[in-house]
Amino acid sequence: MIKVYTSSVIDAPADAVWSRIRDFNGLPTWHPAIADSRIEQNLPSDRIGCVRNFRRRDGGTIRERLLTLSDYEYECTYAMLESPMGVENYVATLKLTPITDGNRTFTEWSAEFDCAAARERELSQSIGQGVFQGGFDALKAHFAGRR
Amino acid sequence: MSLQRVTRSTVIDAPIERVWEILRDFNSHLYWHPIIAASEIEDGLAPDQVGCVRNFRLQDGNALREQLLTLDDHKYISTYCILDSTIPLQRYVATVRLKPVTDGRRTFWHWQSTFATPPGRERELADAVGNGVYVAGFTALRAYLLGQRTNAVSAQPAPAPLRNDPLEAQAIVLTARGGAEQLKSVTTSAASPGAGEVRIRQTAVGVNYIDVYVRTGLYAGLVEVGGVPGFEAAGTVIDVGPGVTHILPGDRVAYACPPAGAYTSMRTMSAEQVLRLPDHVSEEQAAALMLKGMTAEYILFRLHRVGAGDIVLIHAAAGGLGMLAAQWAHALGAVVIGTVGSEAKARVARDYCDHVVLNQNGRFADPVLGASAGRGANLIVDGLGEVAREQNMQALAPTGHWVSVGQAAGAWQPIDPAWLGQKSVTFSRPVVFHYTSQPRQLREMATRVFDALRAGTLRPQIARYALSAAATAHLDLESRRTTGQVVLLG
Repeated sequence: MIKVYTSSVIDAPADAVWSRIRDFNGLPTWHPAIADSRIEQNLPSDRIGCVRNFRRRDGGTIRERLLTLSDYEYECTYAMLESPMGVENYVATLKLTPITDGNRTFTEWSAEFDCAAARERELSQSIGQGVFQGGFDALKAHFAGRR
Repeated sequence: MSLQRVTRSTVIDAPIERVWEILRDFNSHLYWHPIIAASEIEDGLAPDQVGCVRNFRLQDGNALREQLLTLDDHKYISTYCILDSTIPLQRYVATVRLKPVTDGRRTFWHWQSTFATPPGRERELADAVGNGVYVAGFTALRAYLLGQRTNAVSAQPAPAPLRNDPLEAQAIVLTARGGAEQLKSVTTSAASPGAGEVRIRQTAVGVNYIDVYVRTGLYAGLVEVGGVPGFEAAGTVIDVGPGVTHILPGDRVAYACPPAGAYTSMRTMSAEQVLRLPDHVSEEQAAALMLKGMTAEYILFRLHRVGAGDIVLIHAAAGGLGMLAAQWAHALGAVVIGTVGSEAKARVARDYCDHVVLNQNGRFADPVLGASAGRGANLIVDGLGEVAREQNMQALAPTGHWVSVGQAAGAWQPIDPAWLGQKSVTFSRPVVFHYTSQPRQLREMATRVFDALRAGTLRPQIARYALSAAATAHLDLESRRTTGQVVLLG
């Protein structure tokens, strides 16, 4: 089991960051690597068990199922059902925690998955630095200068 | 009575290992939190012993006892509760939790508690806890971390272009086995640090009698001819290699460990046994104390547990190790009898020995028996070796403990167990590096030494030489001309 953990600090209140990322169907609105997204079977995007079907800008299609959504804990957990990445048993969590000092937000994005041993390093890098840190960088840029 | 919850959190601009090293110590608040006037762990327990109780006295006169409930080095969590307090915080349970901010090697610090208060005092006490304790603690720890680095030559990492370049160094090499004249000064270089390594600009190098044994060939295996001697130094970190997290560029550090190679102005070495120095310890003091102080520590606290009622005979009581061991044993309540080789050294040793024996003819046993009402010493710290064998046996009390830490007056001949049996003698021949090989124990030992320095229990007297004059320092040490701890300054 491979574990990837990426964390950052966003200079905006947790409520504001949460409202930007809460929508399970909203990746294209804030994550620069995602081209488009839809929820299968017309379910609401905050219905636990719903599946998002989205395409990355580099072309790959990914399906992920929503496992946890907590407006109290600012937390979202999901499992990957299909992807061209070559990973199995992929479960990821995106979580926010308010930083009382400065009214900022501590953001954590972590994943666990299995993959071929030879690809561990490459996948850890592309998921941790590409997908997760790339998302954080976009959030930081979005909120920069807004306060 | 309902519980209320208080949460404060911040981001500290230091790696998580650095912040946790401080916060995991349940007794550390005295050093960094301004509201604490005194802190003590009860019953002599270690501050990472789950269940231990700390006894706080606050600057405002309040007092409280808190118990450690959880300590998690894997998830960086410490949970504790108040047992009793002069402040009416009831059912108070608090958790300190750290998480790494991978984006920038910083640390997220979350501090949360739940508690009840007397009616009407909810808001006042929530503010006292959240702002008076937690937010004030954030500010103070931040300053404490900065303060630890303000004494450094440079608080900033070395400029990037330096990192891949070897840096020029002045070193002392052993050109052949033999006399002090075989130590020669040369120009060499220190490579940029690889994985797990640190490069240190060394300002003070400790000289130990083991260095003499290495030079003469008594302990030949430790340094090859052409190699650099020395096991102990202090200085400032220039840069660190991948995987090193407990020290940073700009930190003041010290070490006492093999392999040899300390007699140099710049050294690249494994970072594992390199410790960051507390503010109150100068680099010169660290070079004087690390190896000799930790030797005294394990003799007095681990190999033997010295206390009131012990009669301790310490040879060369004005020398580097003897002085520290005598000062410490005296503070622990033992009766300390020190031997010295000259009247000038006797004047030094009288400051911390109960009895000083001038040992100019090698016959110290009778004066030791005289000073101990005929009982003899039940612990001997012996750096003399073979020459003093019979006198030490005479000076030892029945069932006494004889600790051989050197052989300055000649190599040992074999010892017959039956000969030890005449007084049921315990004979120990310890090596300091066996006691310091585990990083955790090394930290414990060094901390106890530095605390004893702060408390004034250890009062080193440093004999200073230039690094380039290492040969002169050896000559003086061997001919008994030095008093105290010999340090080479780079």
